[in-house]
Formats: sequence, C-alpha cells, structure tokens
Amino acid sequence: MTELDTMNADSGALPALTFEAAYAELEELVLKLDSGDLPLEESVKLFERGRRLAVYCQGLLDEAELRVNQLLDGGEITPL
Amino acid sequence: MQIAYTVRELNAHIRALFERDNDLQDIWVEAEVSGFKRAEPSGHCYFTLKDGKSQIACVMWRSNAMMQAVLPKDGDAVMVHGAVTIYEERSTYQLYVDRIRPTGVGDLYRQYELLKAKLEAEGLFDEERKRPLPLFPNCIGIVTSASASVFQDVQNVLKRRYPLVEVVLSASLVQGIDAPAQLVRAIERLNMLTKVDVILVCRGGGSIEDLWAFNDENVARAIAASQVPVVSAVGHETDFTIADFVADQRAATPSAAAEILTPDIYDLELGVERLSTQLENILEYELARRRENLGDQTRLLRQLSPLASVRAYRQRIDDWGMRLTSNQRGRLALLRERVASHERTLLATSPQAILERGYALVTDAETGKRITSAQQVSPRIAVQFKDGGVEAKVETQTEAKGGA
Repeated sequence: MTELDTMNADSGALPALTFEAAYAELEELVLKLDSGDLPLEESVKLFERGRRLAVYCQGLLDEAELRVNQLLDGGEITPL
Repeated sequence: MQIAYTVRELNAHIRALFERDNDLQDIWVEAEVSGFKRAEPSGHCYFTLKDGKSQIACVMWRSNAMMQAVLPKDGDAVMVHGAVTIYEERSTYQLYVDRIRPTGVGDLYRQYELLKAKLEAEGLFDEERKRPLPLFPNCIGIVTSASASVFQDVQNVLKRRYPLVEVVLSASLVQGIDAPAQLVRAIERLNMLTKVDVILVCRGGGSIEDLWAFNDENVARAIAASQVPVVSAVGHETDFTIADFVADQRAATPSAAAEILTPDIYDLELGVERLSTQLENILEYELARRRENLGDQTRLLRQLSPLASVRAYRQRIDDWGMRLTSNQRGRLALLRERVASHERTLLATSPQAILERGYALVTDAETGKRITSAQQVSPRIAVQFKDGGVEAKVETQTEAKGGA
C-alpha cells in the first residue's frame, strides 16, 4: 500500500480532489494560517488538513503517469 | 513470314517507349485546368490541361490528390508534375499527375490573405476573444495525426513536465484535401467530451502546401467555435497559419505548445514543499507565540498574585507559632509550679498534718464538738491522735496559762 492509498483510506474527502483543487486549498489554508488570529484549536485543525493536502499533492506528483487515450469517430475512448 | 503483334503487345511496346524516356517520366507542365472532376467514391481526379489549342488528358490518383493542399478549379493556371504514359485500353496517352501547384505561390498566398482579411474583419482574431488557458489542465485534447512524430514529441514533453494530465488524441489527417474536414470533425468531437479542458491543434513543419489545411476557413471557424481554449502549433516558428490567428494561443512548435499548456512538475514539487514548510513554520510559530504568551502571563500572575504575601504571612505565622509555643510552655510551667505550691500549702495546713506533727484533737465525747479552750472542757472528752483516739474523764483543771 502506498502512502497515497493509506491517506485516501483515512480521509474521505481527499481522493476526489484534483491536484489543482488540492494545491489551491493548501495555498489558501497556508495564507489563512499565516494571517494569524485563529483560535489554537482551529489552527491545529487547519494544520492537520494542510499536512494531509501536502502529502496528497506530493503523492499525486510522485505517482502520476501520463494517460494517453484516443477518441474514436463514434465518441468512444480507447487507450493508445 | 511476317511477325504480327497482338494489340496488347503493340500497346505494351508503345508504353515501353514512353517509359524509357526519362524526360516524359519526370516532367513539369504549365497550363490551364479544364473539366476537372473528382470521381466518387474512388477519389481519383480527371482533368484536361490546355494551352491554346493543345490539350492533354490528365489523371491524378487519389493517393496523390489527398496530399494536395487544394485542388484546382477549371480555368486555374497551374504547374503540374508527373509522367506521361499510355492508357492501353483506349490507346491514349495521358499525363499521370502527382502534384499540382497554382502557378507561382502567389495564388495560394492571395487566398490566404483574402481569408485572413475576411476573418479578421469578423473579429475572429480579436484579443478579447482569446481565452486564458487552464493553469493545471486535467485533460488535453490533441488534434493531430496519430502516426506523426509530433504526437510523440508532445507526449514526451507532457510526460516530463506534467504527467498528471490525461491526453486524448482526436486523430486527423493534417495534410491534403481531406484534412480540413477531418480537422473540423476532430475539434468538434473533442468538444463533446466534457472532461477536455483545452485543445492542442498541431502539425510538424512542411511546405506551404503541406500546411494548407490549417489555412482552411472551416478549420478556422471550428477553432473559433470551440467551447474550450485552443492552442495551435503548426509548422515551424516562422509559419503563421490562419488557425494560429484564430487560436486562443499560438505556439512556435508542438513541443513548445506542450510546455505552454502545462506547469512544470518540478515547480509544483517545490511549491508543495514550500507550502509544507510554511505550514510547519506557522504552526510552530503559533505554538511558540502562545507558549511565550503563557510564560508572560504566568510571570505577571506571579507578580500580581497574593501568593507572595500569603507566603510572607505564612512565615510570620510560623514565627508566631514558634513564639506562642514557647510562651505557652513557660506559662504552663508557671501554672504547674503555682498549683504545686498551693498543694503544698494545703497539705501543710490539713488537720492530719498537724496530728502527724504530734498534736491531738480534743472533742466533747457527748456532742463531738471541738474543744479549743479549757473553759469548754466537758467531763468526758475524746482525744484524737494521728493513729487513733481515746476517751478520757477529766479529773482536775489546771490554772490557765498566762493568767486569764
């Protein structure tokens, strides 16, 4: 089991995220944390979410493999 | 005996004559097109080349016609290349054309300029029409020839830069008279796939005729009508096709297009790393800040707290406690001493003590009253000693002591 799978297993929301969405959320979260003035409990919660997003993004990058398909006349998609 | 040829042998002989002539087998002819016809479904083209009163029948096979950027219309001045040989069934000689060029490139160029001006006037090239490309494409639709090395080049770049992306090839001819219709269909097909978020229309380098399909009006309109942004990369850096003007972005080469379309995974990795570190730092800082704050508060509390005076009091109480105890001890001893002295006094004055010293107690034997004077003596008295008593009869009374 890879790190990514493990993480997918224990976080319901992440696997559906595209890299773009996860990266954007991570950026936003860091910005929010950086602005300070959050209750400690919320900071820790955001931090944990951020940590998971970062690992998730890294996992996506590490395991990415270019998928190449062909679109046929009828609209079907087949691997090339 | 005369040797007679068959007709077939004769025609074959004549054919051989034509085909032995190197000039006839590799010839350019400049003339005007007439009676141009593309046969269906074979796709072969038949026409006549005329100049003045001379004419020659021409055939262009489908395979060659397909490679044409454009096919001529009647009256067009052209230069054709091909070979002359005979069509044995009709014993006619024909020019088998493999290439047709409008006379000079001027003609193609004029068409190009006309179309460009027309579409530009319609606003198809306007900057406001250009859509931004997705920063992180999920699915790139690619319109090109499946067999072209260009497609491989594009894949290589994508693999290296952004392997997260999905590539969907919508294959099309990229050259020849059938290419425009196929390009249009390929673009439209990709537009029906909702997951495609950007389209790359590309082709490797070639002559102006090779690239001509990308100067086709329908192709230009299909690009303009695309729901998702289109990047074009046709030919080399110096080639500008109509497709390039209509596209949302033009890339110098297909490989360059692949770079424009995708972020670099290296930058993304750095980005994730940076955000990760930032995240850790912020939390650490937040915790440190709170810890420090807590420290400050604790110090302040200590300073302001009654605890300090409580301690002082406690010490004083201890002092007092100790002093109280020794006082008490003294006082108790004093009391004890006083009690002992009272006891002694009491003991010294008790009647028993007097008896012990040798005195006796005299009482009236009848009444039990103490007799403390000679006057009170009754005839019968009781005398109490320290260890018992006797009764006695009084016989004589002596003179009072000291003369009373």
